[in-house]
Parts: sequence; structure tokens; C-alpha cells
Amino acid sequence: MRRLSYGDRSMLIIIYILLSLLAFTTFYPFWNALVISFNTGRDTSLGGVTFWPRDWTWENYSIVFGDSRLLGGFSISVLRTVIGTVTSILATAIFAYGMTKKELIGRKLYMVVCIITLYFSGGLIPTYLLIRELGLMNSFWVFIIPSLISVWNMIIFRTFFNGLPDGLLESAKIDGCGNWGTFFRIVLPLSGPVIATLALFTAVYHWNEWFLPSIYITTDNLMPIQPLLKQILNSNIVTEHVSSLDTAAQGQLGRMQTVTSKSLSMATMMVATLPIILVYPFLQKYFVKGVLVGSLKE
Amino acid sequence: MAQLSVDRDFMPKKKLGNTFIRFLKQWDIQLMVLPGLALILVFNYIPMYGVLTAFKDYNIIRGFIDSPWVGLKHFEMFFNSPDFQEVMRNTIVISLLKFGIGFPAPIILALMLNEVRHMVFKRFVQTVSYLPHFLSWVIVAGMVMSMLSTDNGSVNMLLEKMNLIDEPINFLSLPEYFWSILVSTGVWKEIGFASIVYLAAIAGVDPHMYEAAEMDGASKLKQIYLITLPSIMPVVIIFMILAIGNLLNAGFEDILLLASNPILRDVSDVIDTYVYRVGIQNSRFSYATAIGLFKALISVGMLVLANWFARRSGNSLW
Repeated sequence: MRRLSYGDRSMLIIIYILLSLLAFTTFYPFWNALVISFNTGRDTSLGGVTFWPRDWTWENYSIVFGDSRLLGGFSISVLRTVIGTVTSILATAIFAYGMTKKELIGRKLYMVVCIITLYFSGGLIPTYLLIRELGLMNSFWVFIIPSLISVWNMIIFRTFFNGLPDGLLESAKIDGCGNWGTFFRIVLPLSGPVIATLALFTAVYHWNEWFLPSIYITTDNLMPIQPLLKQILNSNIVTEHVSSLDTAAQGQLGRMQTVTSKSLSMATMMVATLPIILVYPFLQKYFVKGVLVGSLKE
Repeated sequence: MAQLSVDRDFMPKKKLGNTFIRFLKQWDIQLMVLPGLALILVFNYIPMYGVLTAFKDYNIIRGFIDSPWVGLKHFEMFFNSPDFQEVMRNTIVISLLKFGIGFPAPIILALMLNEVRHMVFKRFVQTVSYLPHFLSWVIVAGMVMSMLSTDNGSVNMLLEKMNLIDEPINFLSLPEYFWSILVSTGVWKEIGFASIVYLAAIAGVDPHMYEAAEMDGASKLKQIYLITLPSIMPVVIIFMILAIGNLLNAGFEDILLLASNPILRDVSDVIDTYVYRVGIQNSRFSYATAIGLFKALISVGMLVLANWFARRSGNSLW
């Protein structure tokens, strides 16, 4: 290899330093939150806990998993993610398959109706009023029904279905398969990769989404984990605000217990992050393709 | 063609009736798309029509149809309200900051990653920097709060150790820090993921050009400036047009979560969060819808304008 010039070498060194810094600043907050979640709250409040737990404990997690409200939040999140993903992927795939049929009357019009929604929306308030009038307030279905059909996913499914060999669908027809039969017996089993990709992204959306419940759900028993976590974090801010006024009293309070709101919220945060970390390797396998498909469509 | 002429032979005059019969015959595929379309009509088109709430005095009890028309009253009310200037200033300043820093950042990251020859290191940086994109804003905000906390947050601990400050700074309660925190958090979350498209564009550049440049003795920096950047410019311009169309989306989730302290309202209220606050929290539906519509109109205008400029340089969206 050619020897690098002095200028090129110093530029490379700067690049390596900057990229290492970026990786560190991205990684450190996770690591620190993880460390705090395994450290006793009392010890954390003494300061200096950075890279490694000083006073190791499971206590924070046992409290999180013993709290009925948080457990309820997790089960709502799991239910929302599973039901939301399965129904949305299935409904969108059926919709997309219908849209690939050349003989479908009104196909062009239907497509225009879909595309318009990518550019225009009614905005927050009209949507909110609609959901209210439909009686979806404080209903689990508000997580599922409005996002059942995703136009983006429909376009991706449609592109994939169009690429399936015609002969295959033709032979299914000759064997006496109707359109629905062909879809469930031939098309769906052949769509493994695209279903996996879209399902992963849909699941991540459902798991992470926190704003819908914060406006449409007012009862605790339907609250997913993300808005609950938000409440906990905000109550943290309040106590911190108090603490800046009265440090001595706050310190007294902190010393009486080994668990603090900070250590608890870090533990909750880690549990809410865990599913994402678990699917991240799979996401990474697929998302480069996904982003490219999306940008081509733009 | 053959199909068409056969149809004409059988039913020369009843074209509409013919279509209707064909429609009934293909009930199975219509049944695949019509329920989905119905959902789209309900959840996307009814709210579009509901934008007319902006020109009415919406009243929960009377409902949308019976509420009286009031013309531009709510628009005038917003323009004359004391909040108008502050909200517009915050929206413009925050979105310009986000655009000015958040738009070039992933391009620079992609250019830097492209120079790295050590593949393990490159994969590592990519893997780590893509991850925050997939995290909920709640979690990201939680991490920011924990990092910046006065209660032994890492940033305050570091600054204290370096003797830069004597007392921990309550970053998230002081208005002067809010914009920097907001913008850096946004960059932190999205820089990696946004760089993927640019990396893909860079990968498409013809390697012969670099070889030729190297023969001519061009430094790496010159190669980036004279080969890589011009080659990816079409992609950059397309994303820039899209970013300009989104310019008034100064932020929503991030601001709601990071500015949970009401002290910050003077610097954190942007159009979207203001719509949420007056519309949903204070139930002033018509007023909030009007503000939302005002924003949408400006956004469309800016997108068209940006596209017009881009078309003159030969890279337009449509």
C-alpha cells in the first residue's frame, strides 16, 4: 500500500479520535444507566458511580417487577406490540395483495387515495376529535385500529408481491385456488423476509410509541410502559427541583432508604429498552435494505 | 385489445352496467382492498375534512356539523395573541438550529466513516451509532435527564472534577441551556441512522476517480471535497428539500419530554407543542386546529419553494 502523506495521516488520526468520541458518547449513557440500575440507590446518590457498580444489588429490579402498576404497563405494552403487529401486517398484506391484481376495478383511484395520505393529514386536533367521537378513548383498540393499514408498508408489500413469478400464481389458479387461497397458501409463505422486516419495524413502533396513550388513555390499567416511565421520570424532575431548594432534607430522605427514584427509573428504563436491544441484531440485518427501499420510493 | 373488442360485441351500450357486473364478479379481490380503504377514509380523510374545524367554533356538545362558522376568527386570534411572537421565534430558531447542525452532521459522519479502513472499528461505530434511532424518545429523554441531573449526573460530575464549576448546574431547568440540549439530543439520536443513505451514496462513487486523483497527488481532503461531495450532491439535495419541507416541525416528542419543566416554556414552546397544549390540554379545539392549518400551509409553501430552487439546479423531487 502507498504510504500516506503527513496531511492524510493526521486527518485519519483526527477521524479516528472523533469517531471514538461519538461511539463513546452514544454508548456511555446506556452503560451508565445500566450500572445505576444495578447499584443501590443510596450509594448512587453519594456520587461517583460511572463505569462499574460499586454496591451491587438486584433490589431495583425486584421492586420494578414487584410493582403491579409497572407490571401492568409491561403486559399492556406486550399485548399492544403483539396484537398490533400481527393484525397490521396481516391486514396490510391482504390489502397490498388485492392492489397487485391488474383486473381490480378502481385500482388507480384506490392508489391515489392511498398516496395522498402520505402527503396530507388532518393534523393532531381533528384526529383527536375523531377518535373521541368514535368512542375509542380509554379503549385498547385505539392502539390497534387507526394504525391497522400502513400505506408505506402496503407499497413495500406490493412491490414484493409484484416480483413473485407469475407462473406460480397462475398454476395455483389452475389447481382451483381462489384469490384468497392463493394468498394464504402460496403468497404468504413465500413472503418470509419482507414480513420479517416490516413486522420488526412495526413492533418497534408499537413498543416505543408513547404519545397516543398519553392523550387517549386516562386510566392506569391501560397505560403501556413508555408513558408510565415518562411519569416516573417527570416525578424525578420534581423531586430534583425540590432537592435544589432543600439539599439537606433531601439527603436525609435519601439516606433512609437504599432505593431512590433515580435507581428505580433507571431499572425501569433498562427493562423498557431490553426488547429493543434483543431485536437490534435482526433490525440491523434488515434496515439498510429498508431505508434504501424507502428512499427509492421518495 | 382483443378483450376489449369482445366486450364491445357483447354489450355495446351498457358500459356502466358492464363495469358493475365485473365489479360484483371480482368480489373476492374487492373484499381484499375495500375494508382497508374504508379504514384509510375514516382515519385519514375524515380528519382532513375536520380541518374545517378551524373555521368554526367547535363545541363538544353540538358536534362538528352544528357548530357555527366563524371564518378567520381563530387565525386572527392567534396572530394577535401574545404567544404568537414567542411561539414563532422558538419554532424558527429551533428548526434552523436543527437544520443547520442536524442536516450536515450525518453527511460528515458518512464521509468520516468512509475513510476508515479498519473494518472492525467501522462496524463497531456504525452499530453503536445506529442504535439510538430505535429507542423511544421517553428512554432517550430519560438518559439525558440522568446524564444532566444535579443529583450526581455524569456531566456535572465531570465538570466538577475538571474544576470548571463549583456547584452542579441544573441544566434542564435553565432556559439558556435548553436549545443546545435539544439540538444535541436530536443529533445524538439520529446522526448514525441518517448517515446510512449517504454511506450508500458514497459507495456508489466510481473508485477510478479516486485512483486518478491519487495519481495526480490530491490529498484525501481534496478528494472528499472534489470527488465525493459532488458525487453525492443529488442525494444531499433531495434530502435537503425534504428537510426544508419539514422545517416547521421543530420538534414535538423531544420538546414535550425534555421541557417537562414549565419554567422552560418561554424557550420551548413551538407550533406543534403549542397546538397540543391549547388544543388537547385546554380543549380550545378550533383555535388549535387553525394554528395547525397555518403551519401546514407554510410547510407546503416552503416545500414548493425549495423544490423550485432545486429544479433550477436540476435535482427536483417532482
